[in-house]
Amino acid sequence: MANYTMHMLVCSGTGCKSAESDLITANLEKYVAEANMTDEVQVLKTGCFGFCEKGPVVKILPDNTFYVQVTPDDAEEIVNEHIIKGRKVERLLFVDPKTEKMVSDSKKMDFYKKQLRIALRNCGLIDPDNIDEYIARDGYHALGMALTEMTPQDVIKVVKDSGLRGRGGGGFPTGLKWEIASKNDADQKYVVCNADEGDPGAFMDRSILEGDPHSVVEAMAICGYSMGATIGKVYIRAEYPLAIKRLEKAIEDAREYGLLGKDIMGTGFDFDIELTFGAGAFVCGEETALIHSMEGERGEPTTKPPFPAESGYWGKPTNVNNVETFANVPVILLKGADWFSSIGSEKSKGTKVFALAGKINNVGLIEVPMGTTLREVIYDIGGGIKDGKKFKAVQTGGPSGGCLTVDDLDTPIDYENLIAKGSMMGSGGMIVMDEDDCMPAVAKFYLEFTEEESCGKCTPCRVGTKRLSELLELITDGKGKMEHLDELKRLSRVIKDTALCGLGQTAPNPVLSTMEAFWDEYIAHIKDGRCPAGQCTNLLQYIISEAKCVGCTACVRVCPTNAITGTVKKPHVIDQAKCIKCGACYDKCKFEAISKQ
Amino acid sequence: MAKIKSFEELKKIKDQVQSKVGLREKGENIDNLIQIRVAMATCGIASGAREIMNYMIDEMTSQGIENAVVTQTGCMGYCYAEPTIEVTTPGKEPVIYGDVTKEKAKEIIDEHVIKGELVDGIIPMTHKTIDQ
Ligand SMILES: Cc1cc2nc3c(=O)[nH]c(=O)nc-3n(C[C@H](O)[C@H](O)[C@H](O)COP(=O)(O)O)c2cc1C
Ligand code: SF4
Ligand code: SF4
Repeated sequence: MANYTMHMLVCSGTGCKSAESDLITANLEKYVAEANMTDEVQVLKTGCFGFCEKGPVVKILPDNTFYVQVTPDDAEEIVNEHIIKGRKVERLLFVDPKTEKMVSDSKKMDFYKKQLRIALRNCGLIDPDNIDEYIARDGYHALGMALTEMTPQDVIKVVKDSGLRGRGGGGFPTGLKWEIASKNDADQKYVVCNADEGDPGAFMDRSILEGDPHSVVEAMAICGYSMGATIGKVYIRAEYPLAIKRLEKAIEDAREYGLLGKDIMGTGFDFDIELTFGAGAFVCGEETALIHSMEGERGEPTTKPPFPAESGYWGKPTNVNNVETFANVPVILLKGADWFSSIGSEKSKGTKVFALAGKINNVGLIEVPMGTTLREVIYDIGGGIKDGKKFKAVQTGGPSGGCLTVDDLDTPIDYENLIAKGSMMGSGGMIVMDEDDCMPAVAKFYLEFTEEESCGKCTPCRVGTKRLSELLELITDGKGKMEHLDELKRLSRVIKDTALCGLGQTAPNPVLSTMEAFWDEYIAHIKDGRCPAGQCTNLLQYIISEAKCVGCTACVRVCPTNAITGTVKKPHVIDQAKCIKCGACYDKCKFEAISKQ
Repeated sequence: MAKIKSFEELKKIKDQVQSKVGLREKGENIDNLIQIRVAMATCGIASGAREIMNYMIDEMTSQGIENAVVTQTGCMGYCYAEPTIEVTTPGKEPVIYGDVTKEKAKEIIDEHVIKGELVDGIIPMTHKTIDQ
């Protein structure tokens, strides 16, 4: 048997895979074989390391060397230098932008220092396609323990005591949900995993399924045991082919080992899992719409009650949980409710996975204890704002959420605090905005999204989101009036109060929260006809500074509408009536004489 | 693959497959572990470093030693004394042993790794390890 003394882990999440991580793996294997080291050095593909900004990543263990932005051509040098000669390939090491020093040990990188990985415990550590590696990490032990040493009520009690709450957005206590489902008697019950993940910019659930699919499979079986269900369904969007492939393989392997199917581990408990593919409609992530979609009906929500726990899939008691919620369950059983509830804030226990995106240096996937501040997430883990710009706001909760500002940087992030700030946890997307982002335009972006994704069943949402986005369009076009602001507020209230499902009820949040925090920007658009961030093209004016212009005529030649006039060596002027705001002159002028206002 | 018929069987399988990820788990905790680095360059392998390395891994596994990790490195520059191994105890300077035989390897495990006592055969340090 091979006695490995070195492991080379290659990220093969969707992000890094598209950057040829498969070829990197193949090349590493080739050179390791040429060096005659296949019994000592193991090359393997893992799930996402989270540091997507600098992918593809190759991590070498046990010394934790972290190579970033690796290309297939680097494989030979890594093997020759690191493995054979025992020297690090310095040019591939991560350079800390703050200290400008190379950091070779990933544990010492700021990006990882403040993270605590519970849901992502195996992502980037094991080969997701290898069930043995999951078992080696105590995989299926929580299920074994539940089936042999615990009653269903014991399981529910542990989950309840742990304080785990739903990670899909609402934050409903998971143990309580399981208890309700367990108490509703029926000949058949169902466990559903919600892997629809429709927030723009979110990829937490995808990464868990790609990096550690067995954790979800195991948790679903545990849930089935606790509530008396024998069938599990995963509703997963068809746009996630790699996650689907890994999940299918996990289910197949678990069946082969007798960890799914009939009489699991000889205990008499039966449980199996099937997949249903979603077509990627945002509203299908809402649990009632999701259930209708699984039944082959239109993916439209219906009123609650009845809740799925009473009448869900085919009218039977159904427990719906999010991917990340499930991924927490096996560890909670193994390490105990006290361990889990010791992490986090008063009412929000454990950790949360966030997908950092937007104007931030370290775009990627992170997991932090609940109660971590926004400042820690953005500056310590995220490495601060791109290009040294100023932080302006961060949108949490996707299109249903709101924005947090500089004033909120020291607020501990948990369910309650985010709600109090007019935002919400949502599923964990965090989009960071800087001084160049125009907030009315951000609100417009989200409203266009919800308008597009509204299923159209109820009027407040179908018509209301359209009206909201039309009003925002007027404002960002410079045609806004002060009464439009009152109209936005009034309409938002009506939609919140009357829409049928969460999509409509939360759709006005981005409008309300940006109006609350950036009222001045709305006023500037309307009263001054000015976009302070310089984003709204219709409000822009390109102006030539008389003092700076040397009259070189360069701009005249690039202007497509002949809006610029002037004599050589004399200051030029732009005719605002003819200017179409293309910015060609701005880019061309070598004397910084043209400004955008 | 035969089906797993009981929780006990699952636990047994875990023990068998533990070594697959053991090294990686140790990486998470490397600063607190005794690191044994075997020089596995061509000169080392030619002098039997591979056998020594495998022997040490097997011996430590069978003794159930958890606070040490065996890994490999490149040529340390003592080609005249291969196989060489470097033992680093947390908080202490690394120590290099030359001409390591199986008997010597056993002695290093029993005395140095377990009891923290140096044994004969140390080469005076003249080089820096890759981390420095
Ligand atoms: C418009 C809308 C979209 C949603 N999308 C998702 C989703 O993509 N993934 C998810 O887990 N929950 C989503 N939810 C929340 C689900 O309805 C449900 O609350 C959740 O799956 C329950 O699981 P949890 O308790 O583990 O969070 C969405 C809700 C709404 C209103
Ligand atoms: S609120 Fe919107 S998405 Fe929800 S049911 Fe009504 S129209 Fe459909
Ligand atoms: S390119 Fe600049 S300097 Fe030259 S004419 Fe235009 S504004 Fe003046």
